[in-house]
Amino acid sequence: MKGRNLGWLLLGVLFSSAAWAESKYNLTQGVTDVSHEVYDLHMLVLYICTVIGVIVFGAIFWSMFFHRKSKGHVAATFHESTKVEILWTVIPIIILIAMAVPATKTLIDIENNDDSDLTIQVTGSQWKWHYRYFDKDVEFYSVLTTPKEQWDNRSGEGAEKGENYLLEVDKPLFIPINKKVRFLITSDDVIHSWWVAAFAVKQDAVPGFINEAWTIVNEPGVYRGQCAELCGKDHGYMPIVVEALPEAEFDAWLEEQRLAGIAAAEAEKASLAAMMTMDELMELGETTYVTYCAACHQANGQGLPPTFPALKGSPIAVGDISEHINIVVNGKAGSGMQAFGKQLTLKELAAVVTYERNAWGNNTGDTIQTADVKAAAGM
Amino acid sequence: MQESANRKTKVLIRNLMIAVIAMFGFGFALVPLYDVFCDITGLNGKTDTEAAQVSDVGGIDTDRNIKVQFISHITPGMPWEFRPEVAEVVVHPGETKLVKFYAKNVTSVNMMGQTVPSVAPGEAASYFKKIECFCFEQQSLAGQEDVWMPLRFYIDPEIPDNVKTLTLSYTLYDITAKIES
Amino acid sequence: MTTTATTDTGMAHDEHEHHGPATGFKRWLFTTNHKDIGSMYLWFAFIMFLTGGSMAMVIRAELFQPGLQLIDPDFFNQMTTVHGLIMVFGAVMPAFTGLANWMIPMMIGAPDMALPRLNNWSFWILPFAFSILLMSFFLGGAPNFGWTFYAPLSTTYSNGSTAFFVFAVHIMGISSIMGAINVIVTIMNMRAPGMTYMKMPLFVWTFFITAYLLIAVMPILAGVVTMLLTDTYFGTSFFNAAGGGDPVLFQHIFWFFGHPEVYIMILPAFGIVSTTIPTFSRKKLFGYSSMVYATSSIAFLSFIVWAHHMFTTGMPLVGELFFMYCTMLIAVPTGVKVFNWMATMWRGSISFEVPMMFSIAFVILFTIGGFSGLMLAMAPVDFQYHDTYFVVAHFHYVLVTGSIFSIFAAAYYWLPKWTGFMFNETLAKTHFWCSLISVNLLFFPMHFLGLAGMPRRIPDYALQFADFNMWVSIGGFAFGLSQLIFLAVVIKCIRGGEPAPAKPWDGAEGLEWTVPSPAPYHTFATPPKID
Repeated sequence: MKGRNLGWLLLGVLFSSAAWAESKYNLTQGVTDVSHEVYDLHMLVLYICTVIGVIVFGAIFWSMFFHRKSKGHVAATFHESTKVEILWTVIPIIILIAMAVPATKTLIDIENNDDSDLTIQVTGSQWKWHYRYFDKDVEFYSVLTTPKEQWDNRSGEGAEKGENYLLEVDKPLFIPINKKVRFLITSDDVIHSWWVAAFAVKQDAVPGFINEAWTIVNEPGVYRGQCAELCGKDHGYMPIVVEALPEAEFDAWLEEQRLAGIAAAEAEKASLAAMMTMDELMELGETTYVTYCAACHQANGQGLPPTFPALKGSPIAVGDISEHINIVVNGKAGSGMQAFGKQLTLKELAAVVTYERNAWGNNTGDTIQTADVKAAAGM
Repeated sequence: MQESANRKTKVLIRNLMIAVIAMFGFGFALVPLYDVFCDITGLNGKTDTEAAQVSDVGGIDTDRNIKVQFISHITPGMPWEFRPEVAEVVVHPGETKLVKFYAKNVTSVNMMGQTVPSVAPGEAASYFKKIECFCFEQQSLAGQEDVWMPLRFYIDPEIPDNVKTLTLSYTLYDITAKIES
Repeated sequence: MTTTATTDTGMAHDEHEHHGPATGFKRWLFTTNHKDIGSMYLWFAFIMFLTGGSMAMVIRAELFQPGLQLIDPDFFNQMTTVHGLIMVFGAVMPAFTGLANWMIPMMIGAPDMALPRLNNWSFWILPFAFSILLMSFFLGGAPNFGWTFYAPLSTTYSNGSTAFFVFAVHIMGISSIMGAINVIVTIMNMRAPGMTYMKMPLFVWTFFITAYLLIAVMPILAGVVTMLLTDTYFGTSFFNAAGGGDPVLFQHIFWFFGHPEVYIMILPAFGIVSTTIPTFSRKKLFGYSSMVYATSSIAFLSFIVWAHHMFTTGMPLVGELFFMYCTMLIAVPTGVKVFNWMATMWRGSISFEVPMMFSIAFVILFTIGGFSGLMLAMAPVDFQYHDTYFVVAHFHYVLVTGSIFSIFAAAYYWLPKWTGFMFNETLAKTHFWCSLISVNLLFFPMHFLGLAGMPRRIPDYALQFADFNMWVSIGGFAFGLSQLIFLAVVIKCIRGGEPAPAKPWDGAEGLEWTVPSPAPYHTFATPPKID
């Protein structure tokens, strides 16, 4: 009896060794107390299932070998036993209760969102995340930065894929370690889901509703996650990157962002007086277009009709200017066309509209200035 | 004998068809049932759509403080400004509080907006009693017009002890087109 | 060869019956014969299986390597969506309906199904429904919002395929409901005298219970797709927060249908292996009444677990606990069934014909799928598994090595009865081994991918997922090709082979083995006596 127990213990030690934990076969232990609890629960259920599997499959293989007709085994005639049925109903129930107890405890821990030190509003939209530090005047979009040359291999090899291929963004979310960070998650359009495996946090972003989640990160580092609910064509292209910093560094970063935000707002105000030349507008417009518009409307402006209309020769791009500005700034409700007003600066908006009106042979000759954008779309 | 077999069959088919139609109806009945269930339990964070009565207040629990946070969420393409006057307040359960939200139509045309509230944690929603809320009505604003909108509320003292923070998020939708059609 | 005299057991017979079946295309278009209709369902299901399988090949080809090589992300979403819809509604469900049609009347000693003309109609609307669905590829794009079609991706943000999708699903639903009514009336009213409910083969029981599940939940699917239609095109706001609705309501209604639906897709499989395992173990099924109660418990419990698909939607604690406990509870009757099959084999006299090989593979591999299901039931850990390849692994184990393998087992088991010839055993064994090895290469690594953090429904992935994806794709191509071997076995068998006796499997029991092979066009015109 003792020897058998020792055997299970050794097996347990073997399976719980760090190497097994962080191997490519298994769930991550993560960097929070909750993620460790979740990992432990996962391993517990896995062990139990493995043991049951070994017993059941063992019995099946045993009878396949020893109770074969070709070996001359003659069939017994028993075909029922109430006692046995009760036994293998009750024992599984007991095992399930044993699993339910730690699961309940962990769930209660996870669902306690109170007493947080920092609250962050997370908004998913097609196909990026937006973060806002509650009551702190710091907010920004977080967009995938893996360049098209790396991921578009339809006409050949493309560029070599970077280490964080498809898991890198322009502006990661920064949080402090050792502080309870609470996330308030919602969506601007369809259902998305915010997931960072290292924290064991996953909550759906439902439009019109807020969901809560929290984490306390124990170790500084960079943690990557992905959108976990099908949300349209670029569902696989809206990653999450969180950088956890020691408290003092985080505070410094936050203050830096706050000041940068003020400076950016001033720059926006100042840019209302800007007058850019056609060349400046086309240059900025093209880079803006490639980064934000080409994914749907394509680099050649031909789009992917009917879902993503062509801009080349489009009545909007060569027609009424304020309508064109409006659709870029405010999007088109009920379609995939997002509102870019909050994502782009006034200069970028003016430039990209100018670009669209003049590229691919559209050639309207229109130049849009930042003041025009404000006038047309009430920025 | 053939007669009764046929009749048995007809009766059975009739009953099964009734079951099919009943389950189809049940699917639709799930819609109001879901609302009722969520009303009673507040489980999806939906608050009441009607004003609570002031006289519902049973007394103020001065021993307890609850932090109430306010979030304004403007849907993309809705060109209004919309924000709470303060980001958070601290109230006692039972205490009536008035907070205001600012909204401005920055365009030059008349527009109509609708705000939809959502509360986290969901269980707290049914204890969040709104006596007066701009979310009960649609909000009409002329071009460049702005307004301070009131929210008068109290938290039912019956709210479970473990709720210490309550977040109320308003999502603002542009319903101008819907009204016009 | 029996001539069929007119009968006094009740069901109407065409006076032309003693001339044999009609010839040509008209035979198949107008047939009311359960054997013909069963064959049509089975062929249709197999064609759909290959169609949906081709879409899976496209998916695996794109996922073979990191990077986007072949298709654009939107088309990838169309592939995953339509693959799922076809496999669920076009392959698995019609295949089981085909088996029901062929076997239930014979097993209960009835001459045909209770409602033969309804039966014909139930089948023929299916190709129509799937034409509507597949046509959408050429009319602006097929559904691309997942087979689970969550709102508002499938409503406000849809690509215009929603209307096609809804109409196709409505027609499929009507087919299933009519089929279920037929099965229930047949079983309740047409059992041979002396065949009490507790004397029915377990196969009949599982289909009986499945039919009741269909009656209960297919109308709810009809309701939710109707709501989808009105939300998309007629301005309702069931699932739109702006209008006072709730996207999560969609998920509740859908999964209230969706969870019983997956049991609809597995209960018949349980019935099949409960037939084959006793035959090839030469021992009665262990615990017949316990199996009936376990199947019924699974059916009841299937109605109260739906929100385990929704743990991340922002459910309150009490909801998560309730659904976690109920889901874990379903493991109990399911486990009872597995133990009963094991006990049937235990101390039997086992031989390993191809139906038995598929059945044993079913028991072992379905159980692995059950284990991953139990892991998914643990709500706090589900936060890590949900919407990853761990889920994809789970449901493919229960549906492919589960349902599909049981359908292969059934096909091999009854092919001699259907065709009158024994199938080529070598070719069939090749089909088995190729399928077994490739299916595990295809789906087992998906567990690791999910645990390592790879989400579902993405056309491209981070580099750490590359190696497993390559193996999975290789397994996928191999599994797909292996199914062509099955096609070859079936076609060869239909055309000829060693003549099959009435009962080719010496351990078999049941009324279907008392009629010749191939089964005559009309059987049990006079009901047999059951003791």
